[in-house]
Amino acid sequence: MTAPVDAGEVRRLTRELLASHPPATTDRTGFLKARFDAGLAWVHYPAGLGGLDAPRTLQQIVDTELADAGAPDNDPRRIGIGLGMAAPTILRYGTDEQKRRFLRPLWVGEEVWCQLFSEPGAGSDLAALGTRAVRDAGGEWVVDGQKVWTSSAHVARWAILIARTDPDLPKHRGISYFICDMADPGVEVRPLRQITGEAEFNEVFLTGVRIPDSRRLGPVGDGWKVAQTTLMNERVSIGGARIPREGGMIGTAARTWRGRPELRTHDLHQRLLTLWVEAEVARLSGERLRQQLMAGQPGPEGSAMKLAFARLNQQISGLEVELLGDEGLLYSDWTMSRPELVDFTGRDAGYRYLRSKGNSIEGGTTEVLLNIVAERVLGLPSEPRNDKDIAWKDLSR
Amino acid sequence: MTELTAQPGQDEPAPMPDLLYSEAEEDLRAAVRALLADRADAPGVIARVESGTPYDPRLWKALAADIGAAGLLVPEKLGGQGATYREAAVVLEELGRSVAPVPYLTSSVVATETLLALAARDGAVVELLGELAAGRRTAALAVPFSAPAADEAQPASAVTGRLEGTITGVADAATADVLLVPTTDGLYAVETAADGVTVEPLVALDLTRPLATVVLHGAAGVLIADASSAVPAVRRGLLVGAGLLASEQLGIAEWCLTETVRYTRERRQFNRPVGSFQALKHRMAQLWLEIVSARAAARHAAGRLAADGPEALLAVAVAQAYCSGVAVHAAEECVQLHGGIGMTWEHPAHLYLKRAKADSIAYGTAGRHREVIAELVDLPAP
Repeated sequence: MTAPVDAGEVRRLTRELLASHPPATTDRTGFLKARFDAGLAWVHYPAGLGGLDAPRTLQQIVDTELADAGAPDNDPRRIGIGLGMAAPTILRYGTDEQKRRFLRPLWVGEEVWCQLFSEPGAGSDLAALGTRAVRDAGGEWVVDGQKVWTSSAHVARWAILIARTDPDLPKHRGISYFICDMADPGVEVRPLRQITGEAEFNEVFLTGVRIPDSRRLGPVGDGWKVAQTTLMNERVSIGGARIPREGGMIGTAARTWRGRPELRTHDLHQRLLTLWVEAEVARLSGERLRQQLMAGQPGPEGSAMKLAFARLNQQISGLEVELLGDEGLLYSDWTMSRPELVDFTGRDAGYRYLRSKGNSIEGGTTEVLLNIVAERVLGLPSEPRNDKDIAWKDLSR
Repeated sequence: MTELTAQPGQDEPAPMPDLLYSEAEEDLRAAVRALLADRADAPGVIARVESGTPYDPRLWKALAADIGAAGLLVPEKLGGQGATYREAAVVLEELGRSVAPVPYLTSSVVATETLLALAARDGAVVELLGELAAGRRTAALAVPFSAPAADEAQPASAVTGRLEGTITGVADAATADVLLVPTTDGLYAVETAADGVTVEPLVALDLTRPLATVVLHGAAGVLIADASSAVPAVRRGLLVGAGLLASEQLGIAEWCLTETVRYTRERRQFNRPVGSFQALKHRMAQLWLEIVSARAAARHAAGRLAADGPEALLAVAVAQAYCSGVAVHAAEECVQLHGGIGMTWEHPAHLYLKRAKADSIAYGTAGRHREVIAELVDLPAP
């Protein structure tokens, strides 16, 4: 047994990386690959897979030292689905070969990931999904179906995919989990233009897509359980970021208030102050959650954060449109574009207002998350379920 | 622009306080909770408030002296425990959870903190602090319970040490041994038993925290601070009171949610537990979300009070502006989701509703605290 990796060792390895690959003279991808190979990508991951088997809390030493040295980062927002959802799922359920093949290019950002979960008929009731995966004589899976709300599908190299492999079982039990090659000729990505005018999401049509069995994650029929890992990590990544005071959408509204005295009214003042307090309290709750995680006491408060930010973003952006008055009647641009990232702060108040409507739908609707809080946190009895023991093929649709 | 004006992308000048509970705090909580379960259960509290003598001296002695809660904020060399605001906040969470009628907030927090702010090294102030810390006597700051720290206290008048004036709505004055009376020439300590002091009990909305009108007519007092040190001391006492009241409000909200969840899991209508209906589940889940936020705000205020800077002012104002509403909302939902039984005198829900609503006015309403915030973070009114 070697000694566990401590703060001193992490700091030493980080400085060694900076010495062997000076950021000023190393190209970005080269630096990121070296960082991954040094185990400094995500220190809590296993050695050889970008980590050091070290406590997660030591990551901030690496991040701080590298930021101070001006080292490039891997653009975590652009590859958020890969980092936040695909990677933890592959780490937990992947074979050694899958881990070796996928984690390094994922972390470095050479390969972008997307998530093929939601379907037109299976959103909140995700387990009702109908995309089929049928094994052919050669052992390969052949996938047919349609997915929707797929961020980054137009730039993604790989996708995590859940599909139905046994329609004779009740809906949760006949699902399997795959890694889908977005370059397969059977994959067609179409922009899905949304309320803002842009197409941040896509529809993905899967027609005879062939997936070798070596790209299945977890046992056949166990895909729902595997997907829980992905979804849990999705909610953590939506609610877990640290923000400074006025760091979120409230900052934009507060700056407008300070800079434009002619727009102020008493009614808006009261509403702004109420929302300012709520935003500050949400920030403090995020801090408390962070402190809990650092102290090794993870709690269910992440769901609270996701719900709070969804509501706040909607209310603050709505207030901002009103505050702007005549300008609130205008919109920057309805031309369709396909952005790689959602840019809340770079666009105008109208865009923020419209886009934030999605915050209470994406990553679990507010209503479904409230049910989860009520049942799993408060221990309230579940709603009667009439689909539990019925084969998927016999459910009414 | 004030020095505290929030700049986007910048964090606070001081590091974020610890918002969790330490092991010692959990031990203290367990001791206080066990005592209150034993001596201040709901039927007992209801019977006692109806008897007209809400305070149970044995409960107060056990809490204040045996557990040592009364002296948490007082340094050891003055006879206290030398603990922090965070421990006192935990005591208040438990007192909120049981709506126990004890003068903890008024005597052990507000009056004590006012005296501590005078920074006296000996004499009457130190002696009184020792008595309060030991739980032998209690004191009340003679200002209306609704007075926010931001207000200039409306002082009584004093002529050569003889006090004249009427102060309405003073919390816990009826049971206090000593009144701390702000006057135009400073802060006086006045024995409630002294000649010229009348304490007239009022019929209060909150049955568990009595209010009284204090009438001073030629009352004798001891001048314990001149006007220049009395004003900031009173302000400090009220600030700490408002900041720690948030923890009492958190405790109220927690009890209300816990009891509502317990009740709706058991109560059946339409052949299922009413707690399985989504319309009710969402309301309880929403309360849980608010309580998560209220806890962060209350812990933050308690953590920031150790420093006497603008960060403490803001943290207290934020906690009060938020937690007041959460406690009232939780208590109102508690009554509603209990159905008919929630409207009865025998069920304790009404005690919590009355305490929560009274607390929303105590030490400044949420609206007053939002005005403070507007000033502190430069979001001026039109």
